[in-house]
Amino acid sequence: MADRSAAEVARAVNARETSAVETLEAAYARIAERDGAIGAYLALTQDLARARAERVDAAVREGKRLPLAGVPLAVKDNMCLEGTPTTCASKILDGWIAPYTATAVQRLIDAGAVPLGKTNLDEFAMGSSCENSALGKTANPWDRSRVPGGSSGGSVAAVAAGEATLALGSDTGGSIREPAAFCGVVGFKPTYGRVSRYGLIAFASSLDQIGPIAQTVEDAALAYDLMAGKDPLDATTVDREVEPAAAGLRDDLRGVRVGIVKEFGLDKLEPDVRACYEQAYDDLRKLGAEFVEVGLPTADYGVATYYLIAPAECSSNLARFDGMRYGLRVEGPDVGATYEATRAAGFGDEVKRRILIGTYALSSGYYDAYYVRAQKARTLIAADFAKAFEACDVIACPAAASPAFAFNAKADPVSMYLMDYYTIPMSLAGLPSLSVPCGYVTPAGSDKPLPLGLELSAPLFAERALLGIAHAYERGTGHARAKQIPTLADAVSAR
Amino acid sequence: MSPMDGAYTRASTMDAAPRVTVAATAYEVVMGIECHVELKTQTKMFCGCLNAFGAEPNTNVCPICLGLPGALPVPNRAAIELLVKAGLAFGAEVPAFSKFDRKNYFYPDMPKDYQISQYDMPLTVGGIVHFWRDDGSRGSCRLTRIHLEEDTGKSSHAGSRDGRIAGSTYSLVDFNRAGVPLMECVSEPDIRSREDAVAYLEALKRTFVALGVSDVKMEEGSLRCDVNLSLRPYGQTEYGTKTEIKNMNSFNSVARAIESEIARQTSILESGGRVVQETRGWDEAAGATHPMRSKEQAHDYRYFPDPDLTPVEFAPSDVARLRQALGALPDAHLERLIVMDKLRVEQARQIVDGPGLFEYYAAAAGISGKPQATVNFLLGDLSRLANETDTPVFSSGVTPEALAELVGLSDAQTINSKTAKDLIARIWVEGGSPGAIVAAEGLGQLSDAGAIDAVVSEVLAGNAKTVDDYRAGKTKVMGFLVGQVMKASGGKANPTLAEARLRERLDAPR
Repeated sequence: MADRSAAEVARAVNARETSAVETLEAAYARIAERDGAIGAYLALTQDLARARAERVDAAVREGKRLPLAGVPLAVKDNMCLEGTPTTCASKILDGWIAPYTATAVQRLIDAGAVPLGKTNLDEFAMGSSCENSALGKTANPWDRSRVPGGSSGGSVAAVAAGEATLALGSDTGGSIREPAAFCGVVGFKPTYGRVSRYGLIAFASSLDQIGPIAQTVEDAALAYDLMAGKDPLDATTVDREVEPAAAGLRDDLRGVRVGIVKEFGLDKLEPDVRACYEQAYDDLRKLGAEFVEVGLPTADYGVATYYLIAPAECSSNLARFDGMRYGLRVEGPDVGATYEATRAAGFGDEVKRRILIGTYALSSGYYDAYYVRAQKARTLIAADFAKAFEACDVIACPAAASPAFAFNAKADPVSMYLMDYYTIPMSLAGLPSLSVPCGYVTPAGSDKPLPLGLELSAPLFAERALLGIAHAYERGTGHARAKQIPTLADAVSAR
Repeated sequence: MSPMDGAYTRASTMDAAPRVTVAATAYEVVMGIECHVELKTQTKMFCGCLNAFGAEPNTNVCPICLGLPGALPVPNRAAIELLVKAGLAFGAEVPAFSKFDRKNYFYPDMPKDYQISQYDMPLTVGGIVHFWRDDGSRGSCRLTRIHLEEDTGKSSHAGSRDGRIAGSTYSLVDFNRAGVPLMECVSEPDIRSREDAVAYLEALKRTFVALGVSDVKMEEGSLRCDVNLSLRPYGQTEYGTKTEIKNMNSFNSVARAIESEIARQTSILESGGRVVQETRGWDEAAGATHPMRSKEQAHDYRYFPDPDLTPVEFAPSDVARLRQALGALPDAHLERLIVMDKLRVEQARQIVDGPGLFEYYAAAAGISGKPQATVNFLLGDLSRLANETDTPVFSSGVTPEALAELVGLSDAQTINSKTAKDLIARIWVEGGSPGAIVAAEGLGQLSDAGAIDAVVSEVLAGNAKTVDDYRAGKTKVMGFLVGQVMKASGGKANPTLAEARLRERLDAPR
């Protein structure tokens, strides 16, 4: 039961072959067995989960069919879930209980999903390895000496380790796609404005987007269809019809034009990684896709652009964590000193670094040189994509330049920032983009294969086409769920 | 007292020099005013909480206006439209495109530690506010812009004796006000006198109230204003160094604060000093301004476009619809009263500012064709009765038609003023037509010379002593004698005629 896809679980619960409560118990048993070694969860929400599961079972008994009936769901701990601790993996919010539920989470719960708990992340979603969490360490289920990626590391590890059937992540510059690639699952970031951010604790508001993390493209499509659409509580959601993606899944790529980005040449990659991506492109071709080379001349400025815009927004978004109303408060002799002491003690180094960068970029005298220029660069990057998509339906590239790296391997912040080289440009352009497993490499001296992810990105609002293409690739190659994670057996014994 | 008097006194005491006469006229006062006006919407600017004054602390709050993690703002279109109407009333331009920005600074009563405001693309640009001075001349002040922002919560400082922050041991914050839509109306530095400053503020208030944009109650904080003030020698084109004065809680305190600040700056300049650019707070009790923060301490607000909000767009058809909805504006009413009906400015203001008075006046004066007489009744007996009975004039028994009739009867001297007064009080309660009552009850004024003479003879005969006094030079007794004639005539005698006849008889050589 624990390894079934969301679609399979929902079918079985709706058919009353099993119950939501039974499914929930199996999921918690799996968590009890494995999470000591993986550390995907920061908190479990047993009471809430049980109550929800019972309601789902009651609804099914009454003859209702719910699209996610009884599907065990992991929620990244930067999304509010009423009555449960919501921490952003930060000491500054440790102990804060959310008094309301995020729209995206609520929509899945309303569809029958059962929230198991809140998963670990880089503090305030700032990081690419999950190592910036102040509240826990999450390991990559494929090799526990390695990071799961980030910032949605906990959600991704939970799905990879079978500790959740479906998970929610948030992606600002790659925080769903990079860890999904590292852990061999499907991670999908919809178009900016498709899924409500209401209740997602903001990192960079113009980039943040909630998306599903799943074992299969079909599950991602199922969850996306339920979450997408205008939310009166989020002014940036787009009032535009959502074409159901789950109904647009396809099995071949005939007539699909795949764009390969000239500037993202595979020659920069390690030979085994490169070989894996070359194979992935071949597989796309075999499924009927045509290839075209497209140019993204400004994509190289993506990381620099992102590291002005995202910190600028975060410096303002995180101002509210000041010890006055909720969360950590460290008293000082006066208000100013209390602010300083609270924020000094409550935020980790990476968060502080970004607040400083962002404050600087917005300061009088620097604003035009940094923030305004970054916005102009962002416009150019988006224009490059728009031009590229005149020639292709989807752009294929690596989701990350390497498989998961070891803990503490990227001590230099800039080397960590570069992990998002392939994901940031799409975020800046607001595009729908996903990572789907595309093969495995085994590093020298290791016996543990590590997954790689193929990133597929599409024009704005072309989610249905994108998920359809990813589904054909997934079906055609069978990389997803191809392997039982070999190390999970010893995860159990390692407890 | 002219705005310069205080300055003059202080300057001359300070240097004990021979009385300098330049002080009163040496400097031109230059002022610009920023007003914060709370908009009268049902709900707050970015959430569904009630926008209401006076509720129990922290009852009109939700995750959004408390700035809880993850909550997002959604703009209230009603607030946006109210503001645009306010701008249109002053002829402002409404750009097709406007946006919200974040103004970043830390303060405990600001839930997000930034305020959603508008920086470089306000909802309305330009416009002009016209106002009337007491002497009947017309002034104006250009508007720079009107923009929309959210109000902050309200702090109260506890544990100190006087409720001030100094010495307080803790503070309480009420977030009911947080997120209330606030319009900031910024003027150009066009204001040149204290009187004009108040006239400008009154013109704003009058228009906002008429449009239903705001209650504009300074005492409830729904209007707050900051005055930027500088002095310069007459003839100089560059502005002097300005100070910004805050914390005034009534139009009267605005006037006092301006006067005090003019005096302070004049005194500095006269003694050869330089005015420091700073924000100064008005202390009502002390009657003086005191420094709050200098330019060096000014915040860098790090404005940037709020990524949680999309730009506000106005199609020409939206603007046309709102312009159409403005209706007749108070300034047009004032103009009619002052220019066409030749009323005094003060009376015109009272009519325009009173509840429903203008429409009532217009109807009554339209029938009678006698503006001044109509106003005299309206601002006299009718307003007094309205106050005493706490009833607006328009819902009393005195209809505009009745008032017009009364004006006609008085003007034709058919009734005297006492009868008119009595009739008003009666009709206020009972309703009815003054003409009909006068005819039915014979209340018409006695203007027939023969009839008056008969009464006059009677009074003169019955008051021999007084008559002697008068003739001995105590002419002040005339009032008494007129009163006797009125009494004897049952209040109906025409008093003017009565007095003329009395004088004629008494002054006649015997």
